[in-house]
Amino acid sequence: MQRCCSVPVPSVLSITTTVVMEEDRKGRVMKYEAPGRPGSPVDVAPRYENFIGGKWQAPTTGDYSPNLCPATAKPICEVPKSGAQDIELALDAAHAAQPKWGEASTAQRAAALNAVADAIDAHREELAIAESWENGKPVRETLAADIPLAADHFRYFAAAIRAEESSITEIDKETVAYHFHEPLGVVGQIIPFNFPLLMAAWKLAPALAAGNATVLKPASPTPWSILKLMEVIGDHLPPGVLNVVNGPGAEIGKALATNKRIAKVAFTGETTTGRLIMQYASQNLIPVTLELGGKSPNIFFNDVAAEDDDFLDKAVEGLVLYAFNKGEVCTAPSRALIQEDIYEEFMGRCLERIRAIKQGDPLDTATMIGPQVSRQQVEKVASYVEIGLKEGAELLVGGHRPTIGGEFKDGYFYEPTVLKGHNKMRVFQEEIFGPVLAVTTFKDEAEALQIANDTLYGLGAGVWSRDTGRTYRMGRAIKAGRVWTNCYHQYPAGAAFGGYKASGIGRETHKMMLEHYSQTKNLLVSYDTKPLGLF
Amino acid sequence: MPAKVENGNAGCVTATEAAHRAIEALRAAHGGPVMFVQSGGCCDGSDPMCFPGGELALGEGDMLLGVLDGCTFHIDADLFEALGRPRLLLDVEEGTPGGFSLAAGDGLHFVTRVREPRNKAS
Repeated sequence: MQRCCSVPVPSVLSITTTVVMEEDRKGRVMKYEAPGRPGSPVDVAPRYENFIGGKWQAPTTGDYSPNLCPATAKPICEVPKSGAQDIELALDAAHAAQPKWGEASTAQRAAALNAVADAIDAHREELAIAESWENGKPVRETLAADIPLAADHFRYFAAAIRAEESSITEIDKETVAYHFHEPLGVVGQIIPFNFPLLMAAWKLAPALAAGNATVLKPASPTPWSILKLMEVIGDHLPPGVLNVVNGPGAEIGKALATNKRIAKVAFTGETTTGRLIMQYASQNLIPVTLELGGKSPNIFFNDVAAEDDDFLDKAVEGLVLYAFNKGEVCTAPSRALIQEDIYEEFMGRCLERIRAIKQGDPLDTATMIGPQVSRQQVEKVASYVEIGLKEGAELLVGGHRPTIGGEFKDGYFYEPTVLKGHNKMRVFQEEIFGPVLAVTTFKDEAEALQIANDTLYGLGAGVWSRDTGRTYRMGRAIKAGRVWTNCYHQYPAGAAFGGYKASGIGRETHKMMLEHYSQTKNLLVSYDTKPLGLF
Repeated sequence: MPAKVENGNAGCVTATEAAHRAIEALRAAHGGPVMFVQSGGCCDGSDPMCFPGGELALGEGDMLLGVLDGCTFHIDADLFEALGRPRLLLDVEEGTPGGFSLAAGDGLHFVTRVREPRNKAS
């Protein structure tokens, strides 16, 4: 079911690292029809199956669950509610396909990954609309960031695997150690709901490039966009190399993570589940990479306001980026630390920008923030705001569910919100996972650093200053795996990404991931024909 | 792993009627107790994870908040401090359990609500 999209594919250079609003630049604003309706480029079947061995396979349980649209609270379609047996079928297919895939040349695997990237680009609009409708994120973000970044990720790892070399050590005149990278085999991968297609790409690209086959479990709120992705890319990989099984975490996730037939498990999600997965991995002695939560500080030094220029404007936007993806980002800059002498003016500008955020139909390219992914998420956000107010935080803006009319009246929307307080409050320590910013002030560099590091997490951070000596000192001292310096929310391939402390283990989006998905074979070869003389 | 009540923390967590009923049903379904571990971070931030008893290996860093119908409720000790030593209420709501957590019944998941913390953070 693959059709070519008639929208011209934008140049990769302009879209892979920054969010470029193509439509706005041309002055057009578009509102896409919802998937399945007349005029929409996206088809919706009433029911979808698992993708196993290159084919659509019904779950052995015969069970399905409804998949809801967060903007309308109405069902989109039904998706499989699989059982442990479906994981076994997927592993059968993966094990059957993996040896040939693993023995293929890197050129052959790279060609397949590039074909996957091309297919994603050709279907950019359809995938962007589908993901936006299912997750609630604004289509302007999926069009300009999520989908192009996903395609680029496959291209990056296609290039990385082609360029990979291994080492040789001359031990002595007649003994040589040859090192080879070999695939692990079949891996299990579990992804979150916040960036379904991009998180799939981050996991799939390095695993497949390195010659592994995979079984992927999408997140419960966002399985459909992954299955639409399979419609687009499924034919470009040998059957069984990539398998998708959908179902509840307690059954499918556990069946996969505890399975003796996987050689590695990769997980992005919450901390306690990460711990459990690592425990399962230890029982089977397999490696694990985890990307867990965060409460990233975004630090603004007073010199950002030294001039009223582009950079100050960028810094203001940098703070407001807490609302990107409706705050459902593990690295959301959810704590803003502003140097006290510029607080009033800087915060004033930011609040003005926040009040101008357009909230509504995620398929309208003018919309900047869509609904939270589910009812339980929006209720959790609301309860955190309540907690913050009870703790004595000051509400600067937002703090309510907005009234959005028409078909969106039941959507899971929450207004972009700012709470002012101090770093010991719960709203400064816990990951809210919504468009709620906790803001506080600091005196000097030392205090900024102390507040920044006073958290259980260490995934991301932002540092803003015109003084690059200062940004360097802060960046090296902050205990986080990704320190955005005079920018935020950029996720280019080639920049390593991962957590310190309770935020996880391992680094993604960088060629070092190939090592996470390989093992080293050493051939220790002797060219000496004489015996040792021992026995 | 046997439950150890430490530092007199028993009573830091209580449950609603609905949660008690859900626990009873799970105990019957699993033929034994379940266990609760308060989640920290990311998509399921304040949901308590519910596993079959003994599923998650607990360690020195886990604090027992209380025992509900023979089921332990733990929280990471550092997280407990970061939250200002809250007293938690276990409840049940419509929705999908996060992570690998067991459901609290058909279409239901466990949630925790906070009562006033013992030590108000200054």
